[in-house]
Amino acid sequence: MNILDILGPVMIGPSSSHTAGAARIGRLAGIVLGEPPAAADFYLHGSFAETYQGHGTDRALVGGLLGFDTADERIRQSLELAAAAGISISFNRTDLGDVHPNTVKAMVKGKSGKTIDLVASSIGGGNIRVVELLGFPVDFSGQFHTIIIPHRDRPGLIAAVSSLLAERGINIAQMKVTREQRGAEAIMIIEADQSCPTELVEQLAAIPDIRDVITVRPL
Amino acid sequence: MFSYNKVQELVDAAETKGQKLWEVILEDQVHVLGRTRAEIWNEMEQRLEVMREALARGLNGDNLSVSGLSGRDAGKVKRALAAGRLLGGPVLDGAIMKALAVAEVNAAMGRIVAAPTAGSCGILPAVLFTAADVLGSSREEQVAALITASGIGMVIARIAGVSGAAGGCQAECGSASAMAAAAAVEMAGGSPAQAAHACAIALKNILGLVCDPVAGLVEVPCIKRNAAGAANALVAIDLALAGVKSVIPVDEVISAMYQVGQALPASLKETALGGLAATPTGCRLARELRKGGEE
Repeated sequence: MNILDILGPVMIGPSSSHTAGAARIGRLAGIVLGEPPAAADFYLHGSFAETYQGHGTDRALVGGLLGFDTADERIRQSLELAAAAGISISFNRTDLGDVHPNTVKAMVKGKSGKTIDLVASSIGGGNIRVVELLGFPVDFSGQFHTIIIPHRDRPGLIAAVSSLLAERGINIAQMKVTREQRGAEAIMIIEADQSCPTELVEQLAAIPDIRDVITVRPL
Repeated sequence: MFSYNKVQELVDAAETKGQKLWEVILEDQVHVLGRTRAEIWNEMEQRLEVMREALARGLNGDNLSVSGLSGRDAGKVKRALAAGRLLGGPVLDGAIMKALAVAEVNAAMGRIVAAPTAGSCGILPAVLFTAADVLGSSREEQVAALITASGIGMVIARIAGVSGAAGGCQAECGSASAMAAAAAVEMAGGSPAQAAHACAIALKNILGLVCDPVAGLVEVPCIKRNAAGAANALVAIDLALAGVKSVIPVDEVISAMYQVGQALPASLKETALGGLAATPTGCRLARELRKGGEE
């Protein structure tokens, strides 16, 4: 906790967990999608399911998806803005199992037909934890510069990624790799102290067996 | 992070260096965050500006919450105060009005500064702007007061926590009230020790307050508890400025708040299962809101 956390975030009310955290989750979904959204289905769990309308969790999720940050007053009109942009949105109450009470699963489809999904929890004070991404169990906060790399598991791939980052002077704060099974699809989540420049993203994407490189600035 | 674990450590550091609390806190955060003094100052000044805008919006319009459960009360106090129908006078009633105003903006999905939380966001601006009016404080003094409030808040957050889910309303509105009290005492020329006494007195008076939001929303009773938190801060401020001391040292009060929070049952910590949320009217409102949402 530092001085900017204790007096902050600057945010659209009424709840740091149900509104500001939800906006961050929506924004992350939009960044991972990487293109204008066409449709989004939100599955709300626990306290999110119980109180999402009164807390504007729905408006915050959609506002985030549209790229608004926690302090953007357009969050209030996000449902109308999404409708005007032809984006179809649904909210569904569900039980996501043994997860934090403020958890949502987002399934988002882009204009090109690309789909992504994530499960994230709003853990208090506007902070979030992403617990599932593109079908993989993950664990990251979005507070760092985050590099998300879906790839096919093979020897040497992690070394290739980390040496490229090292060459650029990018320090890895945390890194986690999750895979379905040996030699199968996997995902790498790298939390770094520095931002990842465009040329580096291109270099990473050129490594064989890397499916995609998604960079997220601190939310 | 913050380098201080105790309010008394802050007071000692300020007294040793012959500085104000805010100077000690700012110096520490420059070191911890690796950012310049000017950058942190500017960030705090922007927050002051957001608070000012939220207050203006809260006082100039009748803000109704998204659920429709709350709102439009700051305007009632404003009109009654202007008409001379209230007892408290411009300082007490002005602070109450300002706290309601900012908390109503929060409930209406307006822009606020969580201070330390969104649910308690009205208390610090209400007390700060009220005190600044009385004292004729400059913009710089108000920014400095925000820094003092932050330092107190960081210690409380580390030792006791500032979330209603973990510690009840005492942790949210209580912390906000204590932060505001200490900041205003320093802004009024009180010593670091007096600011610490104000913090302790404000927390003691709100110890045990439960978090029992009707329908789980940050509205009933949260908005009125912002008004009460601001009034409580004024009590603590004037006691401390008069030289009244907290018999229990400030850091022991903060630890007591943590213990009380631990002892509170889950039903009284933001789950909407106890207290006012579990009254017949609270339950009826929750049912109606949920049904209304499904239509």
